[in-house]
Amino acid sequence: MSARLQKGGRLIDRSARMEFSFNGKKMQGLRGDTLASALLANDQLLVGRSFKYHRPRGIVASGPEEPNALVALGTGARYEPNQRVTTTELFDGLTSASQNHWPSLEFDIGAVNNKLARFLPAGFYYKTFIHPRSAWKHLFEPVIRRSAGLGKPPEEADADHYEYTYGHCDILIAGGGIAGLQAALVAGASGAKVLVLEQTAHWGGRAPVDGDIIDGKPAEDWVRNALQALEAMENVTLRARSMVSGVYDHGYVLAEERIADHTPGDGRPRKRLWRIRAATVIAATGALERPLSFAGNDIPGVMLAAAARDYAVNFAVSPGEHTVVVTNNDDAYRTAITLKEYGLQVTVIDARPAPVGELPSRARALGIRIETGRGIIKVKGGKRVTGVSIGLQAGEGGAVEDIACDAVAMSGGWSPVVHLWSHCGGKLVWDADRALFRPDAARPPLNHDGSALVWPLGAANGALTADAALRDAVEQARLAVQSLGLDAGAAEAAIADPVEEGAILPVWIMPASAGIELKSKMWLDFQNDVKVSDVQLAAREGYVSVEHTKRYTTLGMATDQGKLSNINGLAVLADALSEEIPRVGTTTFRPPYTPVTIGALAGEARGDIFQPLRKTPMHDWHLAQGAYMEPVGLWQRPYTYPRAGETHEQAVNREVVNTRDRLGLLDASTLGKIIVKGPDAGKFLDMLYTNVMSNLGVGKCRYGLMCNEQGFLSDDGVVIRIAEDTWLCHTTSGGADRIHAWMEDWLQCEWWDWQVYTANVTEQYGQIAVVGPNARKLLEKIGGMDVSKEALPFMTFKDGELGGFPVRVHRISFSGELSYEIAVPASHALAFWELLYSEGQEFGLQTYGTEGLHVLRAEKGFIMIGDETDGTVIPQDLNLDWAISKKKEDFLGKRGQQRTFLAAKDRWKLVGFESLDGSVIPDGAYVIAAGTNEYGFRNAQGRITSTYYSPALKKGIAMGLLLNGPARMGEVVEFTAMTGGVSAQAKVVDPVFYDKDGEKQNV
Amino acid sequence: MLILECPCCGVKAEETELAPGGEAHLKRFGPGSSDEEFEAYMFARKNPKGVHFERWRHAYGCGKWFLAARCTATLEVFGTYPAQTTEPPAELIAKIKAKRPDWKGWK
Ligand SMILES: [Zn+2]
Repeated sequence: MSARLQKGGRLIDRSARMEFSFNGKKMQGLRGDTLASALLANDQLLVGRSFKYHRPRGIVASGPEEPNALVALGTGARYEPNQRVTTTELFDGLTSASQNHWPSLEFDIGAVNNKLARFLPAGFYYKTFIHPRSAWKHLFEPVIRRSAGLGKPPEEADADHYEYTYGHCDILIAGGGIAGLQAALVAGASGAKVLVLEQTAHWGGRAPVDGDIIDGKPAEDWVRNALQALEAMENVTLRARSMVSGVYDHGYVLAEERIADHTPGDGRPRKRLWRIRAATVIAATGALERPLSFAGNDIPGVMLAAAARDYAVNFAVSPGEHTVVVTNNDDAYRTAITLKEYGLQVTVIDARPAPVGELPSRARALGIRIETGRGIIKVKGGKRVTGVSIGLQAGEGGAVEDIACDAVAMSGGWSPVVHLWSHCGGKLVWDADRALFRPDAARPPLNHDGSALVWPLGAANGALTADAALRDAVEQARLAVQSLGLDAGAAEAAIADPVEEGAILPVWIMPASAGIELKSKMWLDFQNDVKVSDVQLAAREGYVSVEHTKRYTTLGMATDQGKLSNINGLAVLADALSEEIPRVGTTTFRPPYTPVTIGALAGEARGDIFQPLRKTPMHDWHLAQGAYMEPVGLWQRPYTYPRAGETHEQAVNREVVNTRDRLGLLDASTLGKIIVKGPDAGKFLDMLYTNVMSNLGVGKCRYGLMCNEQGFLSDDGVVIRIAEDTWLCHTTSGGADRIHAWMEDWLQCEWWDWQVYTANVTEQYGQIAVVGPNARKLLEKIGGMDVSKEALPFMTFKDGELGGFPVRVHRISFSGELSYEIAVPASHALAFWELLYSEGQEFGLQTYGTEGLHVLRAEKGFIMIGDETDGTVIPQDLNLDWAISKKKEDFLGKRGQQRTFLAAKDRWKLVGFESLDGSVIPDGAYVIAAGTNEYGFRNAQGRITSTYYSPALKKGIAMGLLLNGPARMGEVVEFTAMTGGVSAQAKVVDPVFYDKDGEKQNV
Repeated sequence: MLILECPCCGVKAEETELAPGGEAHLKRFGPGSSDEEFEAYMFARKNPKGVHFERWRHAYGCGKWFLAARCTATLEVFGTYPAQTTEPPAELIAKIKAKRPDWKGWK
């Protein structure tokens, strides 16, 4: 059993006991524990179930590479699924629960999948897609859905808060092991601004655990001195608990700092996302140990050799009473020696025929039994290890001996953490002697100027031993410093006592000639249940690319992203294809290195401040009136102003009727307003609009259409001419920024010699529409400029004063009623609005919102960009030929509209629809045509673009596009229902439903 | 997250300040052009793995459009220059040729 040892533990505080729970069971740990070490100290080997077969799973690693031990942490508003126990710092009161099991961790019904393993081969999912179709829907999908997925999503909103911060530095160092610290000393001495980020809470990395001697002292002492020296440098910043998740273009680096994960509810942000700009990046990210592929390597109690050493040295936790260390390299002997020195029983199984290094010699001297040329044939046990069978590594799997043990520590060698090197395109080279991929210095990721962006060093660069890592760190850090044009100076280079290590023997399958029986129990990817046999099957089925194999087998696609499985899987694939490993290639490493929580990425952009909010000057007034608001772009606009007891629908109808009969007031401030000025402004607008704007008289208004170069309608609005050289273009509410950018694009990039100036003045003005038969009476009452029909006819505007306010009054109408759209400087807008509101009461004034605006315009057959248009509609489709100049040689979109498909006679064109039963036709409904298309769907001949209940007509009205529509007036057509089938019949009519001759607006 | 120096205001702008505008140095074809010319103008775009000329707008800065030459594979930026030109500056072309001897030229 795994247990807490009586002595030792460099990171724990035995005087600080902490209570925590796992699956409701109360347990005790110590300050300094990770959840993993605390669980092991309580002999909790079984911590989860695998994804596909629901196999029992235990803790394999001691760091972020952990594939198995994912738990749900916390409850309620602090519940978080899929957290790695190996990176979770223990705190008093921590609650945790295992995942992916039913009904319980110990007795899991899904484990029946395990028995069905031969029916769930590699590519199972894809194979079920193929045939028969019905089997997928009724058989496979329900089963997969029930058994798939790890943690459950949280049900409550996150109680914690998160924040962003920005970092700027010359040199970012990822990793605070001895290589990272040595690099920081070099970089710091150069005067460069240095930021060092370490993912764990502790500095020094593996060296203190491995017992390295640096400058004649234990590594721990050297680390302490190095930290002191670095803290004394003003140009160096050190941050622990900060994981560099990715290196992006031109030195953009993202990192996640865990601030309050281990102190929940203390008021600090839970996490902080660092957005860093680094001139250059040092990757001192170390290396990860690889598992060995032997049968039963996934049984709880089997862990990585270095992890077993970590638990013993850092946390005084023994993996078992008797540990079998199985290895193909010298490093694992450190684990054997450590455990032996703790007084535990150890047996070493070394796949190499004759290990000769310093470490095996030391192990022998300690009296450890070492079996050479041997491998594990299989591990015995179910929910925990009970023993191993060993045999010849070179054999087919004949067992020569059974050894009883309760833990297995495996080491298949080490893989440099090359992720940060690879994120921006750094290439790798296969080092066959040492069986690892390391950065290829000749092909680095590049910075903006073509220089190397990332400098790997230490174990991340393949320098696996302490003395090699320190030497490499000095050398590489000097190059990094010099790449910035700085002098590396004379930082002291630390020297570690060399430990002579023997060569690794690459072992990808144990034993080498194992049969299918054993290979079906050799796990490559523990979380996603991918075995050696699965990769070999994929190879037999023709998957020769590692990227395809990955997706077909799901190897390396679990939440650990293959940190343990990628290289082993690649080697097995290469072997199956009889190829060299570098020829099969390696998969692409993409950010993040380990998962970054969504909360940290969102930062403070949650709830009300999720995105910027644009407010009109009357925004607060609308809210105070109880308006129901709707988003229009980033604006919030009143949809309607419901009164007590009214539904929104009733409120809209009341507002529409009141506007038609008496007087309505609309906040139209969101309307885009762009000034276009200059000697060539008229020529420019003639290119921008489909009709002519250069001949518009000063003081006049004209409706205009803008198309993109393809000819499709993009925006519309009223243009006014303010002066000989000045126009003001109104755009749609959502379109102002886009249209302004569009104008600037043409002016800067195509017609840069034209003298035109544009300014987006949308927010400089409030715009208020006074609409209805009593509109003039109200304006005359508040007094000022002459607003009579004679002084201010329809489609003209004038600057003046009303009620003491400076105003520009436009006689334009989007409702068909007598209408004044009044622009007033934004600072006056609320006061002017309040004046109109109070003085208008005697004329029956009521405010109306965007929905009323829509109904009013639809009754008049006015189009709305985004309703009648969708990026495939040309103005001609909307019968707007009158607004397209025939005389102009050129305008944006003219050539596009001449294309045969757009110029064809048989297009869907705008008409009105009146439902026969008076109901409102569903928005987006299709007009059915005879027959079906090649997919068996009903053919369509048109669709609804706007549909409303019309208070004026007291029935449903709609606008839509219909094949040859205008020629089909009076015809009855059928529409699809949302549920399929025919929902409504409607008569094709003129889209102008109300006041066809426009008499009401022109008074 | 590219960094491109805006030739108008001189700011080394981060990608979040910039709006992309696709391929640079397109020639506009309007009324009177052939279907082939219009198709090329509208739809045919280069997609090189290597040197590429692009339009960018310093949208959240000075608002000016500019042009950039960069390598789409390595993200190396060879230079930026004002948008008011129909072809890349000669010195920029010389600089790219020096760095990428195999480069076939910008057209
Ligand atoms: Zn700029």
